[in-house]
Amino acid sequence: MNFPILSSLILLPSVGAFFLFFTRSNKQNNFTVKYVALFTSFVNFLLSIYLWILFDHTTSEFQFVEQRTWIDDFINYKVGVDGISILFILLTTFITPLCILSVNNSIKERLSEFLIAVLIMESFMIGVFCSLDLVIFYLFFEAGLIPMFLIIGIWGGARRVYSAFKFFLYTLLGSVLMLVAIITIYWLTGTTDVIELYSLGIEAKYQNLLWLAFFSSFAVKTPMWPVHTWLPDAHVEAPTAGSVLLAAILLKMAGYGFIRFSLGLFPIASEVFTPLIYTLSVIAIIFTSFIALMQEDIKKLIAYSSVAHMGYVTLGIFTIQQQGIEGSIIQMISHGLVSAALFLCVGVIYDRMHSRLIDTYGGIVSIIPKYSVLFMLFTLAALGLPGTSGFVGEFLILMGAFKDNFLVAVIASIGVIIGAAYMLWLYKRVIFGKLINNDLKKMIDLNRSESIILTSLAIPTLFFGFYPDPLINTIEVSISDLIETYNFRLASKI
Amino acid sequence: MTNLQLVFPEIFLSLSIMFLLILGVFKKNSSKIIQNLSLAVLLITAVITFNETIGINEVKLFNDSIIIDYLSSLMKIVTLLATFLVLIISSNYLRTFKIFKIEYPILILSSVLGMMIMINSNDLIVFYMGLELQSLALYVLATFNRDQIKSSEAGLKYFVLSALSSGLLLYGCSLIYGFTGSTNFNVIANQLGSSEYAITFGIVFILVGLAFKISAVPFHMWAPDVYEGSPTSVTLFFTMVPKVAALTVFIRFLYVPFLNLIDQWQMILIFLSIASMLFGAIAAIGQTNLKRLVAYSSIGHVGYALAGVATGTNEGMQSSVIYIIIYIIMNLGLFSCLLMMKRENQYYEKIEDLSGLSKNHPMLALSLMIILFSLAGIPPLAGFFAKFYVFKSVIEQSMYFLAIVGLLSTVVAAFYYLRLIKIMYFDKEKEKYDTDHGLWLKFSLTFSTLLILVYFIFPSQLIEVVSRINII
Repeated sequence: MNFPILSSLILLPSVGAFFLFFTRSNKQNNFTVKYVALFTSFVNFLLSIYLWILFDHTTSEFQFVEQRTWIDDFINYKVGVDGISILFILLTTFITPLCILSVNNSIKERLSEFLIAVLIMESFMIGVFCSLDLVIFYLFFEAGLIPMFLIIGIWGGARRVYSAFKFFLYTLLGSVLMLVAIITIYWLTGTTDVIELYSLGIEAKYQNLLWLAFFSSFAVKTPMWPVHTWLPDAHVEAPTAGSVLLAAILLKMAGYGFIRFSLGLFPIASEVFTPLIYTLSVIAIIFTSFIALMQEDIKKLIAYSSVAHMGYVTLGIFTIQQQGIEGSIIQMISHGLVSAALFLCVGVIYDRMHSRLIDTYGGIVSIIPKYSVLFMLFTLAALGLPGTSGFVGEFLILMGAFKDNFLVAVIASIGVIIGAAYMLWLYKRVIFGKLINNDLKKMIDLNRSESIILTSLAIPTLFFGFYPDPLINTIEVSISDLIETYNFRLASKI
Repeated sequence: MTNLQLVFPEIFLSLSIMFLLILGVFKKNSSKIIQNLSLAVLLITAVITFNETIGINEVKLFNDSIIIDYLSSLMKIVTLLATFLVLIISSNYLRTFKIFKIEYPILILSSVLGMMIMINSNDLIVFYMGLELQSLALYVLATFNRDQIKSSEAGLKYFVLSALSSGLLLYGCSLIYGFTGSTNFNVIANQLGSSEYAITFGIVFILVGLAFKISAVPFHMWAPDVYEGSPTSVTLFFTMVPKVAALTVFIRFLYVPFLNLIDQWQMILIFLSIASMLFGAIAAIGQTNLKRLVAYSSIGHVGYALAGVATGTNEGMQSSVIYIIIYIIMNLGLFSCLLMMKRENQYYEKIEDLSGLSKNHPMLALSLMIILFSLAGIPPLAGFFAKFYVFKSVIEQSMYFLAIVGLLSTVVAAFYYLRLIKIMYFDKEKEKYDTDHGLWLKFSLTFSTLLILVYFIFPSQLIEVVSRINII
């Protein structure tokens, strides 16, 4: 492979953004601006599909590796994918065009700036998922803060300033310790190259502190209880497209980081801290599910449900079982699709009624039936009904958990029930019931672009629910290899 | 006397200053000519420095009292170029206040001469002479807008406090002379040993003086008032150029004679660094005047630069030099923006005046945003790399406390940079500012913004330039 496909994936959205930079958005050319962005991100999606086709899933080696000297004798620009990361790249390139398509009604002013931010965000996110150097990873990881801060702050709701600041400072605070850890790793081993570090290993006595430093960053980003509080604020205030990006892609960076770095680099420490992760995950699942139950704001409810779902993810990762980790990755992909769809669903009714409160709605099933059907589908997917991708993920995670720790698995299973409770109750209150609010009668059903977006999210949700093989095939070998090295390193204490 | 060509830049600069002074006195309305000539002089001096001395490994002149090596050549060139940019973008500002006079460029040139002598010094007396020459010129510059009471106040305050610190510094020099019998750095280095503790007193006094000049906490009190009161173009000069010279002296003074006493001064430097980083970050939060805010932010940045020096290694010192160079570029951009906030002959320097800038002046706001994110140290902008190199060398020495405190204070500092961005981007717009800026002002803003933005593509170049510094 001579064609630098990964670098193209990273660069292409930025190039699109660069072109948009020269087109001032006004009423006349909003259309062009949008289609330039859409085109760029769609081409990027096709490119990533091409990447998936070329991807050889029988090996756990990193593929499409590109390496270039970046800072002499210090850091190389190195990217590559394996089974773990490729799905996240696909998710990113899949969600971004849908985001761009969804901005029709919600973003009224400074459209081109908004799309620039979204595209640059895409570049950074793809960079996070395919960088094979810790410093490069950190660079992309942190750089994503800038566009997201602007998306929340400029185009957000009433309390956007507070939320944008909270988002930025929380995640920055979490990440600085990771930077210390990365530099420390460099001085301990003489490299920041992930592949080399995998083979070198890190001395056992340093692992605990380094693990904690990485954890501080990933825990905030995941977000895990008790540092999740930025997420509901950020979600509620962000514009629909921003919430979608945040829920579908940003949150996955941490889960990915846990698998790639915490398990891959610090097996001994991971073993030590597994109880911590279990505890926090279980609290997240149960506690935030209850909080979600009591929310009056639809977006906030979905935000809390995200925290609970990410609790399953962290739980699954640290079971260090084949099923557990596979389940976590599928859960992340599924959550990426479903939560994106749910936020878009909220966006649809918010655009019409300008309210996110559950009380405003009720009894709209007969007014907007098409919407109600799709919303139903995603509600069921979120609570993990068999036949949706949500089920596959949760089921595998719980299976892995039962193998590792019975008690934790039982408690986590209870979370599934609460999850069903808050999602179904939400659905009941919004869609069914008596039609009290007369303004609702004027609501119109999904328009064309909204139907396209929601359907294109519904298809993979159902498809992977019935037939998760393509996903599992892709990740299987990489994960079994990861677990093998993990156990080997654990036994030999490096 | 064969090596006189090595000090040719200084000789040329002093002769030019005298010539320009005479020209200014005898020719009426010559401020424009003097300004242009001064610019030429700065450039020529930089070129001479580059040609004559950049390749020199290490030569000492005049009884070893002056040292010409790569560090001094590089820092002199940085000083000269930075001054060039300051001078070239300040002319419109000065015209607005009707203080576009011949003294301005001449004073700046004299202060630069002082800094060059400081940078060259290998001897306490030479160093002190350079320092005083630069300070005296700076006092006058601070009061340059003499019709304004704030400017005069700034100058007076600066003078009184600076004189005090010079006194302390001189006292430290005399202590060191008393215990080692020499003012020459190399001789001092050889005389260490028996009277170690006594010498520590000397070091502390000199460090106090230097910390004052570079405005490190707890000797920073003058900076906010002086920066606020001085004309903006002079503030720009204050925040950039003297710090280069002071940092060089810091490096030279600590690394040449006293490297063996690192146990004695390392703690002091770590304290200065931590205090500056934290104080700069926390105190800036409450500010409402942009120039005051910049003052606190520059205090913070000095803290980071000193963190590199505190390591006592070549890499640490190099990372400080990188830091200060990137900092200069960022500050240049920041002040270019400040100098663009002008409406009908009035400059605006309150934080609220930024509000809604993104609507009225999208390009200006975008540049300022990039600069602010870079100052906050967010990747992939240049400011991140500056911090990254510093912390890399700090962690190499296992100084984790310094690294963690430093990084945590970047989070605090990010708050007030974000606040500025918030005001620009999230708030309601006000009246538009003038857009008829000078070409050079636009150039310096574009230049610095682009440099910050694309630095991550070519990070090796700057490292290469700096990595030739080798004084240990």
